[in-house]
Amino acid sequence: MSSANSAHSVVEPSLTSKRVAGAIVILYALITLIPLVWIFLTSIKSPPDSISYPPKIVFTPTLEGYCNLLTTRTRQTPEYIASLPAPTGTCDEVTRKRNMVIAGPSNFLPRFVNSLVIAFGSTFLAVLLGTLAAYGFSRFRVPLADDLLFFILSTRMMPPIAVAIPIYLMYRELGLSDTAIGMILLYTAVNVSLAVWLLKGFIDEIPREYEEAAMIDGYTRLQAFRKVVLPQATTGIAATAIFCLIFAWNEYAFAALLTSGEAQTAPPFIPTIIGEGGQDWPAVAAGTTIFLVPILVFTILLRKQLLRGITFGAVRK
Amino acid sequence: MLKRSNAFFGLVSAFALSSALPGLAKADELTLCWAAWDPANALVELSKDFTAKTGTQMKFEFVPWTSYADRFLNELNSHGKLCDLIIGDSQWIGGAAENGHYVKLNDFFDKEGIKMDDFVPATVVGYSEWPKNSPNYWALPAMGDVVGWTYRKDWFERPELQKEFKEKYGWDLAAPKTYDQLKQIAEFFQKREIDGKTVYGASIYTERGSEGITMGVTNVLYDWGFQYDNPKKPYEMEGFVNSADAVEGLEFYKALYDCCTPPGSSNIYMVEAADAFKSGQVAMQMNFAFTWPGLYKDEKVGGDKIGFFPNPAEKEHFAQLGGQGISVVSYSDKQDAALQYIKWFAQPDVQAKWWQLGGYSCLKSVVNAPDFASSQPYAQAFLDSMAMVKDFWAEPSYASLLQAMQKRVHNYVVAGNGTAQEALDGLVKDWTEVFEDDGKI
Amino acid sequence: MSGRTRRLLLWIAARIGKRTGSPDVSYPQSSGDALTISPTSIVDSAAAATARATPTALARRVRGLSDRAIAWVFIAPAIILLLAINIFPLVWAIYLSFTNYRANRPNAVVETVGIRNYARVLTDPDIWQAMQTTAHFVFWTILLQTVIGFMLAYLIDRKFRGHAFWTTIILIPMMLSPAVVGNFWRFLYEPQIGLFAYAVSLVSGIPTSEIRMLGDVSLAPWAIIIVDTWMWTPYVMLICLAGLRSIPDYIYEAAEVDRASAWRQFWSITVPMALPFIMLAVLFRGIENFKMFDMVTLLTGGGPGSITEVASITLKRAAFESWATGRASAFAIILFVAVFGLANIYVKALNKVKQR
Repeated sequence: MSSANSAHSVVEPSLTSKRVAGAIVILYALITLIPLVWIFLTSIKSPPDSISYPPKIVFTPTLEGYCNLLTTRTRQTPEYIASLPAPTGTCDEVTRKRNMVIAGPSNFLPRFVNSLVIAFGSTFLAVLLGTLAAYGFSRFRVPLADDLLFFILSTRMMPPIAVAIPIYLMYRELGLSDTAIGMILLYTAVNVSLAVWLLKGFIDEIPREYEEAAMIDGYTRLQAFRKVVLPQATTGIAATAIFCLIFAWNEYAFAALLTSGEAQTAPPFIPTIIGEGGQDWPAVAAGTTIFLVPILVFTILLRKQLLRGITFGAVRK
Repeated sequence: MLKRSNAFFGLVSAFALSSALPGLAKADELTLCWAAWDPANALVELSKDFTAKTGTQMKFEFVPWTSYADRFLNELNSHGKLCDLIIGDSQWIGGAAENGHYVKLNDFFDKEGIKMDDFVPATVVGYSEWPKNSPNYWALPAMGDVVGWTYRKDWFERPELQKEFKEKYGWDLAAPKTYDQLKQIAEFFQKREIDGKTVYGASIYTERGSEGITMGVTNVLYDWGFQYDNPKKPYEMEGFVNSADAVEGLEFYKALYDCCTPPGSSNIYMVEAADAFKSGQVAMQMNFAFTWPGLYKDEKVGGDKIGFFPNPAEKEHFAQLGGQGISVVSYSDKQDAALQYIKWFAQPDVQAKWWQLGGYSCLKSVVNAPDFASSQPYAQAFLDSMAMVKDFWAEPSYASLLQAMQKRVHNYVVAGNGTAQEALDGLVKDWTEVFEDDGKI
Repeated sequence: MSGRTRRLLLWIAARIGKRTGSPDVSYPQSSGDALTISPTSIVDSAAAATARATPTALARRVRGLSDRAIAWVFIAPAIILLLAINIFPLVWAIYLSFTNYRANRPNAVVETVGIRNYARVLTDPDIWQAMQTTAHFVFWTILLQTVIGFMLAYLIDRKFRGHAFWTTIILIPMMLSPAVVGNFWRFLYEPQIGLFAYAVSLVSGIPTSEIRMLGDVSLAPWAIIIVDTWMWTPYVMLICLAGLRSIPDYIYEAAEVDRASAWRQFWSITVPMALPFIMLAVLFRGIENFKMFDMVTLLTGGGPGSITEVASITLKRAAFESWATGRASAFAIILFVAVFGLANIYVKALNKVKQR
């Protein structure tokens, strides 16, 4: 895209129009960020501050939300708390101020780990299978390839709930309900259609003379694939991987219907975080913040591949 | 780049594999599933004694009420092994028994000498039996619960308010005995300025997604004479569900919602109602009795400031049953250890401690103890309420029945569509369809 | 989708993929199957010619596995996975849709009921209500997102200083989980304590207690539209941006020579040239929002009443709360056919636009 930069020489917009455009876009970007900033601010508020009216912008930051997110607590009498030995950490301290003691860790961490395992596991598999299949489709004559590819892709048009009905029954029979393996397979299947489609486009762009030259030099087809095609396709693979990862990381409907505990990921868990008699908004915000950070980092670090993937992927879809 | 990402993926996949391998469940660890609420925290506390005694570690899976039924019925239907023990809602019992989700407990009760006669009869029928009123037990009554009301005793006792109220309505401001009185009080407090804050009449259940508005509106409907079906002819609902009395009751609930609830009360269930009360927004609050111990302990509105009363009367006098029994999940690999937990839980001294910690024991020896009614300020209201309970359908199709009621009632009361008669006529139609599908009519 | 559609998509992909050379270089539309064998990118058309010229004997010199075997070894795992987890369940769902099966009654006898499930779904007023709700949601989100997204893309294409950075910032909402973020919007929408009501009340002077975004029957449909627009406008913007950038400069240059006003250039060059991209963005958003489940579930749960109960929520209630598996499967199949059919009709229209 950047190549277009210099090309616009004749029709370069005037400075004023640039400034006005910039001002509007920046204003939009800032407004768009407010909800995210508010999530973060809420995560470092105390519960009373978080629900005060008017909404507080100036407040004393506290880690209470994060403590509440990571622990379960029980209410105790002040006398009982006074009789305890000195608090051992920040969380201990803030919890006791509310006349509670920490009873143990919450389920957030295991759910977060589930999210990591399932998202990365399925992304790895989808990209692996996708690259192989894309290479196959790109370089060899496969019977009915055209229809196969479109049928594969059209399964993505199914509403997730519709897909979930038979999967639910199938997993129940196979004992895959609420297992990480079941979720990894499902997300892989959903992602692999997109991965094949995207990657085929990327691999198509690699001239086949490269491999053929390598094979003339004595490489086998497999060696040529590994040493010539793969290195050329890394950008495409990275772009595809980000897509798969974002999907698997953010997915809610399947996770909510097909997992209940052992393999539950963070998205269905976070909305169920409640405190003593009320939604504990700082804790929810803390969980949301922790959950969003990896994707934010990815977005910013890999924005180039991402942009290429979205525009390219969008029109190829 | 490629090398690095290879190593990275290798690491990730190794990680994935190692953790995806079935966690070899330790035999000395039990998972108990329940709703995320105050009594659950009390149960965590209580269970420490069980762990100390048997060495069995307890793990807990608590889910908020709004997704509780959804999540755990899904888990049971998927034959999942997450829960060894489950404290499932009273209405699930029919489905759980007929579809084999729960282990039948009769033999175990006989062997261990646990007698259902020792428990409050309403709770045995409500939480344990399927079919109802037959000696087939699928759960041990664990947590008695019923819808009742809390009110701001401190506001009710203010002389200037008492005077004004008496002048306006001609009777003394006190905990209402009938719904007409309750509405007058709610109107009296609605948008009143108290200590510089605008307050509102009452908080009532209106939640749409799970069971909220049904658990609220039934309290009114029962009192006006609503019946689920013809007592002489099961599943005949025409003229019982949509009787003129029932229609009047539904209209009353809407009137109460329209006149006397705080702004933004369109999706209120237990947690939100308790929040409204705790923040000093409302004079009265409809809620399950489980919230009472927590509210009584509350620094801002608890202690002397709070009072409790059972569901008011109208033509009839009932209250919506809540509460649950504890069951062993038939898909669990650790049924024996789970049964041991129930055996321990049924002991009278454990049940007594359960009440002390904030659970509502269903054991007669606890609730009939001479000092029970005076042991807590809310004990009397609880006893009175438990004496007049009525429950929603506990049929295997209860979820469909509930869904229909949620939709019809919310649509009329909150969204303001149609009339009460249309809502209840529609409900009869929906319910008839469900029972026809089941082959019951 | 027809072969023509496929070629259209490839044509657009090529225009976006690389902007080397003139985009009007015609893509080899005539012979053979573009997808299966020949490289698709226009830059590689020369290379493709070379490749085709390469004697097949060369390929046969490959040692080890034959190409045919490699092709199958490479493709098989993905296909098997898709068969097992996409196709087989789909076939199963079609079967179930003709039965009275209920997933929560494993012991009940399963009977074939013919098309009764379909008849019942199609005559159920609640389902039509849900379809209307979905249509309202899809229509307004697409309208808002396209208008705002195109405007943003047009502005970003002015290439003001720092536009790359701000583009990245704008993209952030679409990367996030609709469920997790949608859940947080519930907090923002709270009438008493939420930031949204507070901000609106500051600007408009309406008391916050009146701004019940999720509780008010007339506001709730807009509450979900606002969140979806907030999340997905960047996506439409990005595709529009790709469209704007695919317009070759020489067309503008020619317009400059003809002294066409900026306004005229916008309507006679920019909009028509970018139209296929805009329509594509509309297609993707349309399909996605037709399936909408997570964000709406967490924001309103379909309420108040059934005002925001979109089709996926109705389907979920039928399948996983009422456990009417057979009937829900029929509804699912109907939805799938509807999306597929609408998408195909739409693509036909898209083709016409492209051919103009």
